Amino acid sequence: MSRTVLVTVGSTKFDDLIRAVDSQPFADELVAQGYNKLIMQVGAGSHVPCHIVPRGQNSVVHPHDLSVEYFDFAPSLAQHMESAALIISHAGSGSVFEALRLRKPLIAVPNPILMANHQAELAEHLAGMGHLISATPATLVDALRQLKVTKLVPYEKGRPQGIVAAIDKLMGFAES
Amino acid sequence: MEERPRTVRTLIVLGSGGHTAELLALLEQMDLKRYSPRTYVVASTDRMGAQKARTFEAQRESGSSGEQFTGMKTDGRTNVCIIPRSREVGQSYLTSVWTTLVALWVAFSIVYREVPQLVLVNGPGTCIPICIAARFFWLMGRRTRIVYTESIARVSSLSLSGKILYHLYIADAFFVQWIELQRRFPRSMCCGRLF
Repeated sequence: MSRTVLVTVGSTKFDDLIRAVDSQPFADELVAQGYNKLIMQVGAGSHVPCHIVPRGQNSVVHPHDLSVEYFDFAPSLAQHMESAALIISHAGSGSVFEALRLRKPLIAVPNPILMANHQAELAEHLAGMGHLISATPATLVDALRQLKVTKLVPYEKGRPQGIVAAIDKLMGFAES
Repeated sequence: MEERPRTVRTLIVLGSGGHTAELLALLEQMDLKRYSPRTYVVASTDRMGAQKARTFEAQRESGSSGEQFTGMKTDGRTNVCIIPRSREVGQSYLTSVWTTLVALWVAFSIVYREVPQLVLVNGPGTCIPICIAARFFWLMGRRTRIVYTESIARVSSLSLSGKILYHLYIADAFFVQWIELQRRFPRSMCCGRLF
């Protein structure tokens, strides 16, 4: 059975996260935790994975049956997300809430190069509510080791209807 | 007593990326027969915005309800206006004065032409010239409401657009998505989350 970890950095650059994932300690911890497949969406960054896949190749099967593959971008990550057992993502709201909506275990890694670092604000808030765990590239292996999937609290999808009702009222529509 | 309007001309400023996704999630739940016709505004640098607006409109048009609504122009195309960004990342101060003036000019012409009764915005900076123009025409006697929804990524602080619209009393309704943020900004409302 395939137990896949998906790593995604979204549409921007996040070399530090890709470097952290492209390392032997990280691959060893994946195997130790029972995962056997790693898929990386590496985005627009300059670091090309070269430690856990041979330079110049974009997929490989390791001893212990860890298969690794990566790509820069995909039109949609929805299928990869749905089939993942664990998602490691930058902390952009699109990726984070898609993973939570799919009820996937999530390690969110805020990207510090983005303005005012509000990714960290969101990741820490959701981590505080128990919906995900927040990590940095430096703490990623520890986070993977300490992640207790069953301890995560399922995220209840937001309800836009309250905002819609307030707009209807503002614009003079009777409540329906 | 305000007369109940039948439909509301709506201007929707798509802010690119996550901002666009949030605003479309809001529109998804709105009764589009009421909020019609709709015009979308996208930044000139946002390659995806216009396409996302068209996809959204096409999906709603062919939606399961089968009801008629007039979100599109008579030729069946989604009405999309392009606005230049007032400031690119890293642009110098001097040239950004000029580009800001150009963005304001375009914003004024869009708002003057479209005569929106409702302006829906959720940042980022692209929405500010449109809001300023809408507020200007409001002072001239037009009945335009500006509704701002702060990004779900903002838990404890407002974005720059949020700060401008909140502190200058530009928005008629100012929604935030986390109660923690609402407590810091008492004139804001927290009525739920979009995601």
